[in-house]
Amino acid sequence: MTIHRRNLLGLMGASAAFGGFGMAQAATGRDPRFVTIILRGALDGLSAVPPVGDPDFDRVRGELASIKADALPLNDLFALNPAMPQFARLYKAGQGAVVHAVASSYRERSHFDGQDILESGQEKTGFTRSGWMNRLLTVMPKGQGAPIRGLGVGATTPLVMRGEAEVLGWAPSSLSPVDPDLPARLMALYEQSDPLLYRVLTEGVETGKIAANMTQTNARGGSADPAMMVQMAQGAANLMAQPEGPRLAALAFDGWDTHAQETARLTKLLGGLDQAIAAFETTLGPAWQDTTILVVTEFGRTVNPNGTKGTDHGTGTVAFLAGGAVKGGRVIGDWPGLKDGQLYENRDLMPTTDLRAVIKGIAADQFGVSASSLSATVFPGSERVAPIKGLIA
Amino acid sequence: MAVASPFVLAVNRFGLGASVSSGALAGDARAALKAEMTPPDPLADLPPTPVLMQQLEVYQAARRDNRKATAMPEMAEGMAPEKPEMMAAGKGKKQARQMDDAPDNPRRRVFIDELSARYDGSLRTPVIGFNERLVMFWANHFAVAVNRSLPVGVLAGAYEREAIRPHIFGSFTDLLISAESHPAMLMYLDNHQSIGPNSRANRKGQRGLNENLAREILELHTLGVNGGYAQADVTSFAKVITGWGLDRKAGDFGFNANQHEPGPQTVLGKAYAQGGQDQGLAVLKDLARHPATAKHIAFKLARHFVADTPPPSLVEKLSQGFTRSDGDLKTVYETLIDAPESWSAQPSKIRSPQEHLIAMIRATDTKMKPALVATTLKAMGQPLWEPPGPNGFADTADVWASPEGLSTRLEVANSLSIRAAERLDARELGDRLFGPSLSETTRTAIARAESRSQGLAILFMSPEFMRR
Repeated sequence: MTIHRRNLLGLMGASAAFGGFGMAQAATGRDPRFVTIILRGALDGLSAVPPVGDPDFDRVRGELASIKADALPLNDLFALNPAMPQFARLYKAGQGAVVHAVASSYRERSHFDGQDILESGQEKTGFTRSGWMNRLLTVMPKGQGAPIRGLGVGATTPLVMRGEAEVLGWAPSSLSPVDPDLPARLMALYEQSDPLLYRVLTEGVETGKIAANMTQTNARGGSADPAMMVQMAQGAANLMAQPEGPRLAALAFDGWDTHAQETARLTKLLGGLDQAIAAFETTLGPAWQDTTILVVTEFGRTVNPNGTKGTDHGTGTVAFLAGGAVKGGRVIGDWPGLKDGQLYENRDLMPTTDLRAVIKGIAADQFGVSASSLSATVFPGSERVAPIKGLIA
Repeated sequence: MAVASPFVLAVNRFGLGASVSSGALAGDARAALKAEMTPPDPLADLPPTPVLMQQLEVYQAARRDNRKATAMPEMAEGMAPEKPEMMAAGKGKKQARQMDDAPDNPRRRVFIDELSARYDGSLRTPVIGFNERLVMFWANHFAVAVNRSLPVGVLAGAYEREAIRPHIFGSFTDLLISAESHPAMLMYLDNHQSIGPNSRANRKGQRGLNENLAREILELHTLGVNGGYAQADVTSFAKVITGWGLDRKAGDFGFNANQHEPGPQTVLGKAYAQGGQDQGLAVLKDLARHPATAKHIAFKLARHFVADTPPPSLVEKLSQGFTRSDGDLKTVYETLIDAPESWSAQPSKIRSPQEHLIAMIRATDTKMKPALVATTLKAMGQPLWEPPGPNGFADTADVWASPEGLSTRLEVANSLSIRAAERLDARELGDRLFGPSLSETTRTAIARAESRSQGLAILFMSPEFMRR
C-alpha cells in the first residue's frame, strides 16, 4: 500500500514560488543553508562518539566498550564510531564538529514528549502546533529578496518544520511506511496478552512474511533504511542547491531506540547517517560551503548497558554539526565524566550544554537572527540560554 | 487483555469503534445501543437502480455499436479497483478503443460514489454505529459480488441501499423478499436466466432451469445447510421462482410470466398452487418463518457479534425471540442486547479487515480517498462487496488472523499512523477510546514507542483494537 505522497508545490523548473535569492544573503553576504536531521528513538552518544580517553569508559560500558577497537580518533578524549568514515573525513577537514553531553530542556524519558520538546522548542510538553525551525523562518531578517523557504522531507513534515510559515513537502516516491521495529514491539506485547496474535505474528516472522527487525532482515524502504536516508538527503539537497530552492530543511530518521543489540544496529544506522551527510555534500555542490547540517536526537541513553546488549532511555548525548559553513574539527562542550557521582540521576550522561544554545548560535551567526527573536519567538522562555558563538566559520 | 467496560463493548463489539470526537462514552451501554436502533442513513443522494440500469444500457449499447464498427474483441470485464494509476492507464486505452462519443463505463464511478457515501459519510456519523454494523451484517448475509458481472458491479451499492438498509429493523420476511427480488441478486445468482422447462419461453425445449438462487436461498439465506431440505426441494423451489427477473424497460425487477413454470410445486412437503409471482412469495414467507431459519439466523448473529463459537444459550434465546416475534428483527436485536452472554468482558472476536479499517478511520478522523479505501480493503483481504462466494466473507478468527493478514494490517496501521501522528498523541487517544479498559501492557507498549507514529501503530495493532 502506498502512502499519501505529497507533491512539490511547483518547485521543479522555473517556478514563481521563489523570487530571487534568500534574504539572508543580503544580511550576511552569503546564501546560507541549514538542515536539521532528527534521529527518532534516542541516539546513544557514548556509542556514537565514545569518550575512549575517559578512565571510567571501559568499566561503565561493559561489553559496549568493544567499539573502542575500531573507533576513529578525534582527539585525546574522543573517538568516532567506526561506521562514520565520511564524518571523520569532514571533521579532519574542519567541516565537522561534535557537541557532547548535550540535551534539550527535557529531563524525563518518554520518546513522545522528548521529541515534542526537541522539535517544538518549547520548555513544556503539549505543544505540537509549530516547531522552532518553522518559527525561525518567520523571524529571518528582512532583506531584498523573497522570503527564505523551508522544506519538510518525509511522508509528513517533521514537527520541527511545521507551523504558520508555509513549507514545501517532499518525499522519495519509494518511501514506504515500513517500521522495522514495530513487529518486535508487537511480539513483546502479544506475548504478554494475546496468545493467538502472538502465534500468528511469530509464524509470519518465521516464514518471512513479516520482517522481524532490522538486524535480521534488510527492512527496506522506511526512514530507518540507510538507502532511504541517502535518498532523502539527495532529494533535499537537490532542492536546496537550486538558486530559488528552499534554504531550511528538516528530515527525520527512525530506528535509534537501541534497547537491544546496540552495536550492530548503530553500525547500520550510523552508516546510513554518515552516507546521508556525504550525499548532502556531493549533491549540494558549491552550496555545501554555505551549509550547516545539525543532527539531533531527543535524549541519550543509560551509561551502563542493560541485559540485552543495549541501553535504556537516558539524558545527555551528542549532536553533530557538518557542512562547509561549520567551524569544525572540534568536540564542543564540557565533559562531565563517567564516575558515579558525575552522572545524571546516577545513570545517565550528565547534560552540560543546552541544545538551544547550539541552535541559537547557528541562527545568529549564519542568518543574522536577533537575540530577542530567538528568545521570544524561536525558543520562548530561553532568555537565559546564551547562543554559543563561533560555531560558524 | 484488559477487561472491557460495557461501553467499550458497545462501541466496539456492536458498533464501528469509538470516534476521536466521541471517545469512550459513559452511561447505560444497553440503552445507548437500543437508542441506535433507528433507520440508517438511506444515502438518498445516490441514483436508484432504474437510473443505473439506464446508464448501463446506454453504455452497453454504445459498446456493441463500437465493436461492430471496429471489430474489436470484447474487453474482459475484471473487477474495478486496481491501483489508481493503473486504472488511469487502462482507462486511457479503453477510451482510445472507443468512439469519441461513447459514454464511459459507469462501474468504477458508481462504485467510488457508493464507497464514498459510506466511508466519508454514513460510517463516520453515528456515535456507536450499531445500525451500520447491522447493514454490513445483512449485506454480507445476502451477499452479492461486484466482480460477478458488469451489471452486478454497478448495482451492488444500490442493492445494499434499496434491499438491505430500509429493512434491517423490520421483519425478516420483508428483508428476505426485498433481497431476493432485487435485480442485483437475481443477476448475481443467474435467476433472470432460469426458464421453466414447461414454460412458454421454452417452447423449443432447448432452455431450462437454473437452480443457483433457489439453492442459495435455502442453504445460505434461510434454512441453513443442515436445515432439512433435499435436492427435490431445490428443484421445485427453482421452478417456483422461474420468471423472477428483470423488466428491462423499467430497469428494475420484473416478473416474466413467459419464463415461469406453470402448475403447483411442492417445497418441504407443502404444495404451493398459487399462480405466477405469488407462488414464490408464498414459499419465501414460509421459509422466513421456518424454525431452521430462526436457528440459522440466530447462530449467525451470535457468531458475528459475540463469539466465533457463540454460547448455545444465547443462540437459543435469539432463536426463540425470532420465532416468538414472527421474525421481527428489532425484537431479535433487543434479545441480543439484553442477554448477559452478549457482554462477556473478554473480547474474543478478531475484527474483520473492514471493521478494523473503519475503526482506525473513525479513531483518527482520517480523510482517505475512496480509491485508496478500495485498494486498502482489497489488500487487507476484504474488498468491498466482493466476497469469494455467495456465502459472503468469513466471520471467524482463523480466517482473519493469518500471517499475511497481519502483515497487511501492520502496513495499513503504519501508514495511517504516520499521517495521524501530526494531530494525535497515542497515549491520549488510547485513553479516550478505551479508558480504563486499555491494559497496562498495551499502555506501556504505547508509552515506550520510539515515535508518535509508532505509538499510534501499536495502539491500532493492540489486542484491544484488534479484538471486539
